[in-house]
Amino acid sequence: MNNNVATVLQITDIHKVLGGKEILRGVSMTVDKGELKILIGPSGGGKSTLLQCINFLLPPDQGRIFLDGSEVHFHKKAELYRYRQQVGMIFQDFNLFDHLNALDNVSIALRKVKKIHKAEAGDRAYHELERVGLSDKTDLYPAELSGGQKQRVSIARALAMDPKVILLDEPTSALDPELIGEVLRVIVDLARSGMTMIMATHQIGYVKSLTNEILFMENGRIIEHGPPEKLLSADADTRCRGFCEMLKDLVREP
Amino acid sequence: MDWDFYGQHLIPALNDGLWISILLILPSATGGLALGILTGTIRTFGPPWLKRIGNFYAGIFRGTPLVVQLFILYFGLPNIGIYLSPYAAAVTGFILCSGAYQSEYIRGGLSAIKRGQLMAAKSLGFSSTGSIFWIVLPQAMRRALPGCGNEIIYLIKYSSLAYIITCIEITGQARDVATTYFRFTESFFVAGLYYLALVSIAGIALGKLEKKLYIPGFGKQH
Repeated sequence: MNNNVATVLQITDIHKVLGGKEILRGVSMTVDKGELKILIGPSGGGKSTLLQCINFLLPPDQGRIFLDGSEVHFHKKAELYRYRQQVGMIFQDFNLFDHLNALDNVSIALRKVKKIHKAEAGDRAYHELERVGLSDKTDLYPAELSGGQKQRVSIARALAMDPKVILLDEPTSALDPELIGEVLRVIVDLARSGMTMIMATHQIGYVKSLTNEILFMENGRIIEHGPPEKLLSADADTRCRGFCEMLKDLVREP
Repeated sequence: MDWDFYGQHLIPALNDGLWISILLILPSATGGLALGILTGTIRTFGPPWLKRIGNFYAGIFRGTPLVVQLFILYFGLPNIGIYLSPYAAAVTGFILCSGAYQSEYIRGGLSAIKRGQLMAAKSLGFSSTGSIFWIVLPQAMRRALPGCGNEIIYLIKYSSLAYIITCIEITGQARDVATTYFRFTESFFVAGLYYLALVSIAGIALGKLEKKLYIPGFGKQH
């Protein structure tokens, strides 16, 4: 155990019932600073629900969440809003604010939530857009951006808040194949720069070398977890490896 | 043609009425829109008890004739000790009636906004009120604008009902001139032109506003 590495996020025994069905049945995990955790597993397994529970977009029915060692009391609104500022969220379908251009999409939360002065917020937003390679698209509205550009704006929007951890919910699965690369490159850069992230994805190959741990989710539980070299090694007899092989077969070019 | 009738009686009277009409329309349109935005938002996002109040209000004011509402405000309220001037009663009635209709357009606009917008706002730390005010409403307003503008056009015309509770605006003046000189056709024809002018000006202003608020991806393409 390396005691120098601080735990950023800890979740214990999260349960969630949606529409009478138990989607999460006791999920726990610990995320250390700078780690990239990959959530993988069949759809309906609870990955997306878990990420939304971590951000309390869906309040968990049971379980506790700790950020930097202190428990988050999500019933206290001020505490919940403060917590969410520190936990970025990237959605599958981007969810950029449709009435704001790229720059304002990134700066609005700085101005209205963090109460940062407009000019300063604008500078910060520009800097973040530059970081994701979109400094020439600041004036464009979401309807004028490609899917890949939209997702990069949404990453810039999350980064501008200086989050301690970013949750990514299948960030590339709504994208055309030729646009996936530009988004994954940004995510790889983030991982290299030490950003703490939990990502649900099927694009595992690209980020495998940077992944600290793969969590395989099925039926609302993490049924396997471990570093990719262990879970995906050729002689590993894991559900996860079987699943990933299947994915590979599906995307293999003829 | 009897130009003296127009120049000395009808036009001066209608101009007096026009001033009153404008004083009726401007606060009623802005007040009605503000009330509509508030009610529409409450009816979409409010807690259940507040939603019920909002729905009840909109149901009553959309479900009864405006004339009846004006009569109750002007002739009925004195029974419980509230005395409104004809002008105050008319503006109150118009704001309440217009607000009920506007809330429907706003509600439609709000429900057209994808749930993800609200989720994204919350994930950034916006409060519920903050995400509605900064993210959802600005989008909903753009979608609701054509309907809201239409309601303002209606309001300009139903402001003519104010004369029934003795607030003498364009229609009231036209009626006075018409009965005094027994010239109904000309009086009301010219009064009609006044309304047409008002509606045309409002239409142009709303079109300009729509253009000014235009954002790619919303409403019609320019």
